Amino acid sequence: MPGTEFSPSIASRPVYAGLVAQGAMPAIMLADAEGAGALIDLAARDPAVMERAHVIFIPAGTPHGARLRALGARIYHESPSYAACLERFRKALADAHMGTTLYLAGTEGLIGQATAEALAAGLPAGAIQSEHRGSIARRMQCVHCKGITEGVTTDPFTCSHCGLTLFVRDHYSRRLGAFQGVCVDAETPGVLPPVQEIRP
Amino acid sequence: MTMRFNDETFRDDYTFHNSPAAIRRFPFPFDQDSYMYSVNIEPHRRGAAGSVFQHRFDVDEHYVAEMRDREITLRDDPLRCQSLPHMELAGWDFLELVMVSKAEDYPELFELHRDGDRWHWINRPLGIEQRFIFLDATSLPCGPMEYITRQTQGDHALLDQREGNLWMDAGMVTSQADWSLDFDIGMNFFEWHAPVPKAHELGVFQRALKFLLSLQQGAPVRRLNWTMTVNPRLDTSPENYHKWGPEKRTLTAGNVGAKQYLRVELQTLWRMPRSNAVAFPIRCYLLALEDLVTVPKWGRRLHRVLRDLPDELAEYKGFAVNRPLIVDYLSRFDDCAPTSAGIFPDD
Amino acid sequence: MTARMLRVAEVTPLSPLVTRFRFECPEGGTLPLFSGGAHVVVEMPDGATLRRNAYSLISDPLDGSGYEIAVRREDAGRGGSRFMHTHVAVGDLLRVGAPVNLFALDLRAKKHVLIAGGIGITPFLAQLRQLTRLQMPFELHYCARSRAEAAGLSLLPDLPQVHAHISDEGDRLDIGAVLAGQPLGTHVYTCGPEGLIEAVAGTATRLNWPKAALHSEAFLSPPPGAAFKVTLARSGITITVGPHQSLLEAMEEAQVDAPWLCRGGACGQCETAVLSCKGRIEHHDHWLSDAEKAAQQKIMPCVSRFQGEDLTLDR
Repeated sequence: MPGTEFSPSIASRPVYAGLVAQGAMPAIMLADAEGAGALIDLAARDPAVMERAHVIFIPAGTPHGARLRALGARIYHESPSYAACLERFRKALADAHMGTTLYLAGTEGLIGQATAEALAAGLPAGAIQSEHRGSIARRMQCVHCKGITEGVTTDPFTCSHCGLTLFVRDHYSRRLGAFQGVCVDAETPGVLPPVQEIRP
Repeated sequence: MTMRFNDETFRDDYTFHNSPAAIRRFPFPFDQDSYMYSVNIEPHRRGAAGSVFQHRFDVDEHYVAEMRDREITLRDDPLRCQSLPHMELAGWDFLELVMVSKAEDYPELFELHRDGDRWHWINRPLGIEQRFIFLDATSLPCGPMEYITRQTQGDHALLDQREGNLWMDAGMVTSQADWSLDFDIGMNFFEWHAPVPKAHELGVFQRALKFLLSLQQGAPVRRLNWTMTVNPRLDTSPENYHKWGPEKRTLTAGNVGAKQYLRVELQTLWRMPRSNAVAFPIRCYLLALEDLVTVPKWGRRLHRVLRDLPDELAEYKGFAVNRPLIVDYLSRFDDCAPTSAGIFPDD
Repeated sequence: MTARMLRVAEVTPLSPLVTRFRFECPEGGTLPLFSGGAHVVVEMPDGATLRRNAYSLISDPLDGSGYEIAVRREDAGRGGSRFMHTHVAVGDLLRVGAPVNLFALDLRAKKHVLIAGGIGITPFLAQLRQLTRLQMPFELHYCARSRAEAAGLSLLPDLPQVHAHISDEGDRLDIGAVLAGQPLGTHVYTCGPEGLIEAVAGTATRLNWPKAALHSEAFLSPPPGAAFKVTLARSGITITVGPHQSLLEAMEEAQVDAPWLCRGGACGQCETAVLSCKGRIEHHDHWLSDAEKAAQQKIMPCVSRFQGEDLTLDR
């Protein structure tokens, strides 16, 4: 199964080009849920990519862990959530040297947060690869209260922090790893458009 | 000449007002009867005495009140001023540019005394006197960019230049036309302009970026941009959209002349020495339609521009919902007479 | 272009081929500061020819009392460096442009690795001062054939991060060893001969460094060559470019207004559309892509030349 195809959008919206093996070089790999498939496909194209890889996988209820573990990465670790493995991921970045590739696969929320973390650690954008798989739910920042709502699948949606009804923009902040949500009834409080499912 | 500063507000009771002199010097942005995006960049040369182009950083009757309004906005939301760690040097460059320019251009208002890295700054209108060590951020009450932009009208972005692009990596943004620094900080030129419709297809940003990458020290440039705002509100931020948004719907045929403002940004761009960064001050001027039409040429022309503007642009600039009221009001001041070229009043 | 007349305050030979020139304001006063890696364009009135050469500033970027450059005499060149060495003396006035930086440090870097070959040390002399002042981690590697030729040695600070590699003494730079194991966020900068730049880029690519972490500046001066004719369509004239003249210089001599910034094929400012071309453009720039060069629809007049029957430009 290839990566998700998104419809063309504005220049700030990220594009997930898909994973390309860099051979037996130092690597950190981070995937959630269906993102496992992207790592499995990557290893199938070039098994050497696992030789020096530190793989962190967040199953999120999927059964892919056993197949990932069998790929023979130098280090394999499963974590129940991104929050749970964050310090481990930060340590891996702090210990890394130039020449390390970061492979990210799975949901936009995971790819976005991990990219922001890696850039802050000094990893150049060119050393980060990503492939979108699975849910197209978005990670949204409320421009009003600054709270982040995870897993947004409808437009508009309710900010899980301040309760405002927000519409979903394609404008995306790499630093925050989130799309922008803006009050949909700011000018006419209470007048709400019909709720729609987000499309890729 | 001593400048008088207005006692006025940009929120709640909105006591902001322009003196007759301020109306005359308003930077009307349309040099013809229609509008479309263009790379309308020109050298930021010294303009005529009394005009907003006379000095490098224009200080006018709204200075003190605008700085007071900025303080209120920052108290509510300190994230309106942010600087990524590598931009501190650019902040010092900008502090120097503003202090040197203001002390030279307005000696009765500002003084700068320098003894090597020991600097002494006096800002009379705001009652500030500060001794500090240049390039030592601990000698100022806050970072250098924040320090000087709390004393300089307009929003300010500092752009880092690398990888053949400009990156919005620092800024003080409290009077923006609906964009969020907290969200956009760290973006490159194309990314922070991403929501602007049409201009990308026209290649406007490609050309503008190419020009700005080769901007040279000592040769600043400027352009005018514009939008429409109901009430003389500086903080039209997305952050507070749910608070000021309802005001947009209070326009009536009876109050449109007084409540609807043309909002003009005088944007200047400066190459800075030590950091090689580009400083991007965005100075906001507000003028009520009823004041604007006191210059007959402006009344005629604004009517034609807004009447014929493509829907997409009216939507993006956020006044589509009020356009019929505005155009109807302005039509009363358009006698269909021809207008002269250029932005300045005829008489 | 904000250029100003500056007085030559010092002329100091650094090696048999390299001389340092110091410029100051004739009326005293300070010059605009700059960032490490910046260059200035020096105008040289050489008889009927006005030469403009770009030189990296080597003095302290935060010291506006003067600008210093180091000029290597290129006897096979078009004559600019020879003019500086033989005609310019203390007290002379020369026009010098505002500093422009096309080789700036990436100030986000966690560490800066500077690699210089020969006269390529010049931009790093200013960057070293900037890095020291900003207290940023760095290391510098300076490659030269012999100590006598290594003009930069006397200008380099005695710091443990500064390494000289003198090939005559058997010390050759091991690029792989330098690049291996650098911390995340390291940027590498190379200035020197084409071969050194390619070697660093090649090694970095092999070690999986992304391109954005690599910076380079080739000290490219317009190469001399055979004379050729060019038609300038908008100006409605045909000009001849002499063997020791660049196409840009020939256009300037003919009073044709042409933009420029680096005069070394790097910045893209002088890019000019080719309207017709019967022959072969000798592209010497680092601006156009290989595909653009092959297409022969654009030319960089500051460094590139032409051989053939007809070249018509949109200028």
